[in-house]
Amino acid sequence: MKINTRPARHRALRAVAARAAGAVAVLWGAATLAFFALALIPGDPVTIMLGPFTTAPQSIRDQIAADNGLDKPLFERYLAYLGRLAQGDMGESYQLQKSVAAVIGEALGPTVELALAAVVIAIVLAIVSAVLTAGREGRLRGFVTSWELVAVSLPPHWLGILLLTAFSFQLPIFPVVGVGGPSALVLPALTLALPIIGVLAQVLREGLEAALAQPFAVTARARGLSRRQVRVRHALRHAAVPLATLSGWLAGTLLGGAVIVEAVFGRPGLGALALQSATNKDMPVLIGIVLVSALTFVVISALIDAFQLLVDPRVRT
Amino acid sequence: MSPLLTVEGLTVAFPGVQAVRGASFTLDRGECLAIVGESGSGKSVTARSLVGLAGDRASVKATTLDFDGTDLTGLDERGWRRIRGGRIGLVLQDALVSLDPLRTVGAEITEALRVHRDVPRAAVHDEVVELLTRVGVPEPEVRAGQYPHQLSGGLRQRALIASALAGRPELLIADEPTTALDVTVQARILELLDRLKAEGTALLLISHDLAVVSRLADRVAVMYGGLLVEEGPTREVLDGPRHPYTRALAAAVPSAAARGTRLAPVRHSGPPAGPDGCPFAERCAHADDVCRDTPPPPAPLRCHHPESGPVARAVFIGPEGVFIGPGGRALDEPGAVPPARGAYGTTPGAPDPRAVGHGVSLSGIGDTLLTVTDVTKRYGGREVVRGVSLRVDRGEALGIVGESGSGKTTVARIVLGLAKPDSGSVTFAGEPWSALPERRRRPLRRRIQTIVQDPLGSFDPRHDTGTLLGEALAFAGVPRRERRARALELLERVELPASVAGRRPAELSGGQRQRIAIARALAPEPELLVCDEPVSALDASVQAQILDLLTELRSALALSLLFISHDLGVIHHISDRVAVMKDGEVVETGEATSLLAAPSHPYSRELFAAIPALTRADA
Ligand SMILES: Nc1ncnc2c1ncn2[C@@H]1O[C@H](COP(=O)(O)OP(=O)(O)O)[C@@H](O)[C@H]1O
Ligand code: SF4
Ligand SMILES: [Mg+2]
Repeated sequence: MKINTRPARHRALRAVAARAAGAVAVLWGAATLAFFALALIPGDPVTIMLGPFTTAPQSIRDQIAADNGLDKPLFERYLAYLGRLAQGDMGESYQLQKSVAAVIGEALGPTVELALAAVVIAIVLAIVSAVLTAGREGRLRGFVTSWELVAVSLPPHWLGILLLTAFSFQLPIFPVVGVGGPSALVLPALTLALPIIGVLAQVLREGLEAALAQPFAVTARARGLSRRQVRVRHALRHAAVPLATLSGWLAGTLLGGAVIVEAVFGRPGLGALALQSATNKDMPVLIGIVLVSALTFVVISALIDAFQLLVDPRVRT
Repeated sequence: MSPLLTVEGLTVAFPGVQAVRGASFTLDRGECLAIVGESGSGKSVTARSLVGLAGDRASVKATTLDFDGTDLTGLDERGWRRIRGGRIGLVLQDALVSLDPLRTVGAEITEALRVHRDVPRAAVHDEVVELLTRVGVPEPEVRAGQYPHQLSGGLRQRALIASALAGRPELLIADEPTTALDVTVQARILELLDRLKAEGTALLLISHDLAVVSRLADRVAVMYGGLLVEEGPTREVLDGPRHPYTRALAAAVPSAAARGTRLAPVRHSGPPAGPDGCPFAERCAHADDVCRDTPPPPAPLRCHHPESGPVARAVFIGPEGVFIGPGGRALDEPGAVPPARGAYGTTPGAPDPRAVGHGVSLSGIGDTLLTVTDVTKRYGGREVVRGVSLRVDRGEALGIVGESGSGKTTVARIVLGLAKPDSGSVTFAGEPWSALPERRRRPLRRRIQTIVQDPLGSFDPRHDTGTLLGEALAFAGVPRRERRARALELLERVELPASVAGRRPAELSGGQRQRIAIARALAPEPELLVCDEPVSALDASVQAQILDLLTELRSALALSLLFISHDLGVIHHISDRVAVMKDGEVVETGEATSLLAAPSHPYSRELFAAIPALTRADA
């Protein structure tokens, strides 16, 4: 917009600054929470590092504890931990003899791939199903809505198992487990996407129906536009606006879903890593995963906000 | 030559509702037909049926629906799409929300352009700018790039009209094109429509406001309950309405001449009519069994027992702001009949036995109650109110008229003690008021109460009206055990049934809600009622009832009123004195009738000329 560029830019800068501060606060909160929660879990870290079956003498154990700073008071350890985090150092895995950053870095790729695929599938299918069924009655709508209800209310791993059985054991079209090319991504991504499609489609449909009931939609038809054109050119943007409220839920579903889907389909990734580190009480890795999750949350909500700014001129001015 | 549009026997039904019952009318090129009627009478449905957009659940039937030789009844969706926008343009009722808020005005007009006309891409922008210029949008280049929320109501309406004109339709349907707008803006939109008409566009104008219609329409069709009850040339219908509903409608228009009389006709409530009978029978004084059981006679006058004879004569405020009396004479000419006058209006020639206030004498009347002296108020460096001085006497009604943004509401807030003047003072009953610290003013607040345009926002939506009134009474210091009885008394006072106490404001009609707001304002027995556009959101007939109620309360309770409105007719009807505001200043104050008849300030003249008004002389 040509008018009032100055104050607009000023406001935008302020908004970005506030956003960044919020992100830092969320990350710090997550780090703190993870640190103390894991510190309070019973179990001696040194024993965890050594593995359950080793019998090391006390002197070696003390040495290991001192090397890792475990002999210091909790609060001091917390401060040191924050200090390292600030420099981007998340520590070493107790078990894998690698830095946490490296461990998570390896796991991140497959999970991001999975999540992106799931989100794309979810958005496309949700839009198609919402555009086709909004404001209409009839069998298609009845079928789609009851299907969405099922997708939303079933625990996601059931669907995974269902899909596994249906497609891989009965109809061997897609590979069942592991990574390897796009075809191996189809079933897991679909499993992860299903509950998201259900919710997105419901929200979009409601938004479409609300938009189609608005006078501007009738005005558009009074210009000679077809129903489909009104849906696609006008109503869909309006339906996308309330999606912003879903960002937290979306991040949560993607992360939680990834744990289950990766376990069910035997895929490597952040979810699998989380399970594995939880079983092994590999605390630095667990903390790292919590931080990455928090970061994901922050990024997704920032993206959705940016998207909203793009779509809705009313929030821009 | 056959007319451009011929409608015969148009019937529209929704499940459970017969929205339009056999409407017939025609429209020529360059002609304007107005459909008037209260809300819910079927005007919008009629309009939308003409472009096949009555709604998915509507069942539309017609004997004839002919547009320039095309039979609209046989059209499929593709056929309709060629008509819509290209041959018939529709400007929807809600101008403020009829443009897509997520797209620029230019994009909306472009869309309309490209649907019907093969405009080369390079020429689109120029064409959009030209359309905006044509409808009188200033700085069209800038406006085209703006979003609806960046435009004022008037500009949005113009942009909407521009988008409706983009396909060069031969017929433009404008559904309530001025309802949401300010008076001066209204006048300009009407001028625009008038110009389009002069350029040869046929106009179907829909309105609930007779005054708006009287300016523009060549012919008027009055709608009630889905029936076009009376149709004819505008002057004939307005000057000599014959259908009982049209007569009631004309009489309900507030005006100088109707001062002190009841506006709303005394409500008859008879048994409802059968499905084929006259929809007005329930409210009609002349209804009989024939009316209730047999369909009304065919157009143009759909009444079994039409009235005639001495009725309220319609006269107009001409463009010069002068009353034109019966026979076309200005009122200040010799021989013209002046509008009736009197503080509580014993109106000669108005034999209505319920005319209020015959010889009411009230103690203390005439003492000064409220004085506003040289008050100035700034917001963000801008002087919103500048050196305003006003006076309201006990029992008096002072009207404040002016465009929105002229500072009327700020004055109201200062009088209510909700905003502090930057300079100047307000005194109430001879005591300081604006100068008091809030702690000392609070116990006195009950003496000044307020009613606003839409009270819904001031009600707690979770509470029923009984609770709302109970709270107001508690605030007024009424002991708990008396509150219920007092609440019922208040409901009776504002002519609502006791059953309303159990309902929430959102479940009430606009008129009922405004009555509740009045009841709540009356709870602490105030001396001054500050009314800020209290009837502006209401239909003419409901408006009339609320004005009647206020007039009645005023005389019964010796209330003083500070009455704010942009509607000259309303102001004239209710006020003893009038103050005209512009840009934060009072430009003129004076006794109501003389000021409105002969404004001396140039701005008052301009404002009054802008306001479409239909007044009534009791000749
Ligand atoms: N889409 C619809 N579905 C059901 N009833 C409707 C619909 N649109 C209008 N109506 C009904 O038709 C009647 C006339 O409405 P309308 O034409 O909007 O009145 P007006 O424009 O005169 O205020 C009303 O009773 C209204 O409730
Ligand atoms: S037909 Fe009968 S009920 Fe209807 S308006 Fe005429 S007189 Fe009244
Ligand atoms: Mg309407």
